[in-house]
Amino acid sequence: MSISAGVRPKSPTERMLAGNAWLVYAFFYAPILVLIVFSFNENNNVGIWTEPSLRWYRDVLANDAVMSAIRVSLIVAAISTVVSTILGTMTALSLERFRYRGRRAFDGLVYLPIIIPDVTMAVMLLLFFAQSFQWLDAALGWRPSFGIATISLSHIAFNISFVAVVVRARLGQLDARLEEAAADLYATRWQAFRRVTFPLIAPGVVGGALLALTLSLDDVVVTSFVAGPGSTTLPVYVFGLVRRGVTPLINAVSTLMLVASMVLIAISLGFQRTSRSRVAIREQELEPN
Amino acid sequence: MALPETAAPELELDSRRAESRRGFLIGLPAWAYLTIFFALPLVIVLVYSFATRSSTGRTQLTGWNLDSYRRLVDPFVFEVFQRSFFLALTTTLICLLVSYPFAYYIATRGARLRNILLVMVMIPFWSNFLVRTYAWKVLLGSDGPISQLSQALGGEPIRLLFTNTAVLIGLVYGFLPFMVLPLYAALERMDWSLVEAARDLYADGWTAFRKVTWPLSRPGVIAGSILVFVPALGAYVTPAILGGARTTLVGDYIVDQFLAARNQPFGSALSMGIMLVLLAATVIYFRSGAKEV
Repeated sequence: MSISAGVRPKSPTERMLAGNAWLVYAFFYAPILVLIVFSFNENNNVGIWTEPSLRWYRDVLANDAVMSAIRVSLIVAAISTVVSTILGTMTALSLERFRYRGRRAFDGLVYLPIIIPDVTMAVMLLLFFAQSFQWLDAALGWRPSFGIATISLSHIAFNISFVAVVVRARLGQLDARLEEAAADLYATRWQAFRRVTFPLIAPGVVGGALLALTLSLDDVVVTSFVAGPGSTTLPVYVFGLVRRGVTPLINAVSTLMLVASMVLIAISLGFQRTSRSRVAIREQELEPN
Repeated sequence: MALPETAAPELELDSRRAESRRGFLIGLPAWAYLTIFFALPLVIVLVYSFATRSSTGRTQLTGWNLDSYRRLVDPFVFEVFQRSFFLALTTTLICLLVSYPFAYYIATRGARLRNILLVMVMIPFWSNFLVRTYAWKVLLGSDGPISQLSQALGGEPIRLLFTNTAVLIGLVYGFLPFMVLPLYAALERMDWSLVEAARDLYADGWTAFRKVTWPLSRPGVIAGSILVFVPALGAYVTPAILGGARTTLVGDYIVDQFLAARNQPFGSALSMGIMLVLLAATVIYFRSGAKEV
């Protein structure tokens, strides 16, 4: 909806709004740009620009610790995204489409991980794993250790809720009559889900999966509590370096992480665009004339 | 659901029961997962917060007591909580003051420009938080670009890194998109003809804003404030990178109890404390959100 009638163009208020907007964009992008530019600096000292070079990127590729951290990050992100997308989508369907006893309690349980701060979540999972490892040792003589498994289990624990919220928002916008129409046309429950509901909520599911992937690749606090010796993710490893100081190597790793984020954004935008037009067509097809 | 109208009442009841069982079963895997990996850990933290720390740093679960909670009202601990609270509140207010006109500007553009402007907000929103915080460490360092610029202009080197101001800048930078997006959503779906109606009834621009636009955008204000305040209060990464050693905040204080001081009961009590503050904030949010519409 346009409100060009409400605000006269080029009024002083309008100019101030535009000025503020450009300042905010400068605030958003200047730090990122400085970081990217300095990652191509030859000099050992971050603050002094000498000449452009790819030296630090070569160093990143040759750094075993960074490469192993990237590997752990990718494994954890893949596992936690797949599992939490499936569980989160099922949660959204269960909460949005059905009525049963205990539903409200389940609803609360799903929302809690979103409003709990990282630090509390980290403390909870650390004590939980430490305590259950003790119990497992006493009961079965089995001594698991912190590592990729504990990190993945923890990431799934906070990702389910975010996927559920995103998918649920999409489900809430759907016309429930479409599913009823499928049922009226003798589709089984599964057919109705696969042919009607799922294609319509697919953008929500992909959006939830991308959010889960991003949160998993971003997490520092929870992961640093449940990671084991020799198995840290890239953000935790970088966090350790960053606390000690600013180096050109961190600039290069950071730039690579930014590029990864940009790729995810591009995928997300591209998918939203195509799926929006596809869904629009489908909705037109299904719309009774 | 789609039963014929003539179905017997018992049959309908049966199918409704089957339906609710199906819904329960679909939710069951996630429910079980969250019970084991979220609810149970929460209970364990609660139990630990009543436990005792032995002289070796181990946690003894026998003999529950309230010692850890008593320490929460120590002057030093209280000061840490107070400092974090005010920093989170200041962050939220600055984000609101900057974001409101910003979101208003985006929401009042034409569809094409609006989409481009919105994508330009999404990029920092989705970018890695750690990297974005680290960028400020580069910028604010004593040999960083800002300090160098000041020296080139004949001024003093600026020492901002490792101060509360640096933490505040980092928090605002980190959480600003969380404020912009809900505000934009609220302003974008607002019925702007109401503003026009107010103007037609001889309200000046300021009155129309105060009486129409602001109340209608309040759900966005509340949602954005919660989304900024909650992570800002528990922030750990930002103060750890940009903050100094002298100004402890709740987030790093809790982490210290586990990784350095090895006082798990006290750390657990702190975690419960911060969670209660945030739950209270969220309840207030849902209350005032419900009053709208």
